Amino acid sequence: MSSDKAGGEPAAIQPLKFHVPKPASRPGEKPDFSHVVIPKAGSVARPPVDVDPKDIRDLAYSIIRVLNREGQAVGPWVPDLSHEDLIRGLRHMMTLRTFDARMQMAQRQGKTSFYMQHTGEEAVSCAFRIALQPGDMNFPTYRQAGLLIAHDYPLVDMMCQIYSNERDPMKGRQLPVMYSSKEHGFFSISGNLATQYVQAVGWAMASAIKNDTRIAAAWIGDGSTAESDFHAALVFASTYKAPVVLNVVNNQWAISTFQGIARGGSGTFAARGLGFGIPALRVDGNDYLAVYAVAQWAIERARRNLGPTLVEYVTYRAGAHSTSDDPSAYRPKSESDEWPLGDPLIRLKQHLIAVGAWSEERHKQAEAEILATVIAAQKEAESFGTLHSGGKPSARDIFEDVYAELPPHLRRQRQQIGV
Amino acid sequence: MAKMTMIEAIRSAMDVSMGRDDNVVVFGEDVGFFGGVFRCTHGLQQKYGVSRCFDAPISEAGIVGTAIGMAAYGLRPCIEIQFADYMYPAYDQIVSEAARLRYRSAGDFTCPLVIRMPTGGGIFGGQTHSQSPEALFTHVSGLKTIVPSNPYDAKGLLIAAIEDPDPVIFLEPKRLYNGPFDGHHDRPVTAWSKHELSEVPEGHYTVPLGKAVTRREGGAVTILAYGTMVHVALAAAEDTGIDAEIIDLRTLVPLDLEAIVTSVSKTGRCIVLHEATLTSGFGGELAALVQEHCFYHLEAPVMRVTGWDTPYPHAQEWDYFPGPARLGQALRDIMEAR
Repeated sequence: MSSDKAGGEPAAIQPLKFHVPKPASRPGEKPDFSHVVIPKAGSVARPPVDVDPKDIRDLAYSIIRVLNREGQAVGPWVPDLSHEDLIRGLRHMMTLRTFDARMQMAQRQGKTSFYMQHTGEEAVSCAFRIALQPGDMNFPTYRQAGLLIAHDYPLVDMMCQIYSNERDPMKGRQLPVMYSSKEHGFFSISGNLATQYVQAVGWAMASAIKNDTRIAAAWIGDGSTAESDFHAALVFASTYKAPVVLNVVNNQWAISTFQGIARGGSGTFAARGLGFGIPALRVDGNDYLAVYAVAQWAIERARRNLGPTLVEYVTYRAGAHSTSDDPSAYRPKSESDEWPLGDPLIRLKQHLIAVGAWSEERHKQAEAEILATVIAAQKEAESFGTLHSGGKPSARDIFEDVYAELPPHLRRQRQQIGV
Repeated sequence: MAKMTMIEAIRSAMDVSMGRDDNVVVFGEDVGFFGGVFRCTHGLQQKYGVSRCFDAPISEAGIVGTAIGMAAYGLRPCIEIQFADYMYPAYDQIVSEAARLRYRSAGDFTCPLVIRMPTGGGIFGGQTHSQSPEALFTHVSGLKTIVPSNPYDAKGLLIAAIEDPDPVIFLEPKRLYNGPFDGHHDRPVTAWSKHELSEVPEGHYTVPLGKAVTRREGGAVTILAYGTMVHVALAAAEDTGIDAEIIDLRTLVPLDLEAIVTSVSKTGRCIVLHEATLTSGFGGELAALVQEHCFYHLEAPVMRVTGWDTPYPHAQEWDYFPGPARLGQALRDIMEAR
């Protein structure tokens, strides 16, 4: 008689159990981030960029941090940024936050249909952009407008896009915040998820094919890493050693779905890179200096033909997913306040004050200046119309740009609409 | 001029295009070192190097997704999906991305991309190597869809597609790769070398997209066909002795409506022929256009002869394939209709 246990009774076969991961807490419960293990700032080593990926597998499970609780920049990842650079970075993040607040309000006032804020995640896109060179190309998601703001893309143009007005660079065709600017290294946002990730790899492959010096940066959220395009991107990036930085912004929440649903049992999103032989770093996404330092490391690797790097930004989506979302329905209201990596603006501000380069007075003054700038841009943008009033794109624009040249069947359809 | 099969003509189109433009790159599954399972890219890697012609992982979404990124960069990728039946993992990239990039970015980014796919049955390929998914592309705004029927057109259309500023789906009827198959599967295989349209210029030329061609002039009935079905239509006209006019559409989008309307207005009868399934097939679109534009010339209802609304079977291939016997019966029926 056969048995599973040597010498014992046959094991009774137990019914299978279905496993669905659960977040640490739901509304009405106490927020719990005990699962987020945070190493001390400055404690993670900085390897040379030409390190053998297999020698830094531990970096996929740690968190690179520069700013400590006292606001000091410490350890081997302290980047070479001047106080002026950091003040500029702070102003970028403040501009993005102010921009978000005004556009959120404009949506509530009915001036547009939809908006998506960056609250809590401003450092990720703002700091990354500064590490890129002109000509490099981002393939962003809808929550990386800092890539535009930190590259001095006109706020008025962004707002005209959000308002779908007569000056909308996208001619009214795209949902609000789905910007595009080749000139500013910002690929057209799809609105589908993850499709851009593999396209970024293709762009980077093209740059290598042409012996160019430009690199690509791919962007994705924690939830969308579950899409097959993410895995295809890693296969292609790994196979062809594409000059691309593969960014994963882990803001803990994919609308109402906690990151554990996409992550499964792998521990971290960064660890996804290891099976592909892609070096993977995890970084404190709310630490402007750490984000810049890690971006610079990964970008240099790409530029030096050393191949792709996967970077997981550990951050927290402090606001709603979009204007159509209410996070109080699925997570504790106070969870945002309990997030252990703090607020990226406050942390950089405190650092600049700690090193004597900034003050509360200067901060208040900067806030007022930025608010005035954003309001002025908003007034100008609204003079070209908002979604339901004033100037709007032409009905002709429905038919243009489907193809380079208008084919006969679209010409007939355009005639039917009478434009 | 040279005698070429469809395979050689398609290969020649890529060769000519790669020779003229450094931005043309070719890749796909088994496409590089080996030269493709149908040999369409044979020799291109040796001639142009691994940066211009290379093997890809088995990931259709990855192949199309990276090609879109390359096209946005400024290359002109001409990629191969090994069988059209394998394109579904890439469908999101084709429909939501390649087809809409120009539109959604208001021309800021464009996607000059050709996706080649062997299509259609007749080779005992079963349900996963026989499909004709053209209607899944013609239904998508922003794509152009081509189905050539002979080596001359295949080369000229493929060069035109590679030079086109927008994404083009290039469906290659695999049963035509080595000969002009007319559906008489029980007869000896014929070779392209005996067909006048296998005379192909060795250098550069184009066949314009959006232009149909009349393969047989006739006064009794118009048959609208493309790809393999053009040869089936010619055989059925011969077999029945019915004086059919046969229009080879060549490009489905943009469609040469004028050629269709001119012919049907003359003959007063129309049969739409395709190998793909009937319901919501491209034939439905053709029938609707004929009705809209030729109603007062019609002497009989528009008929459709197509594959059945079933998966493509293996052993029963010739019961499924809309061959000359089934088309012949339709021709007799439409001539009797009043």
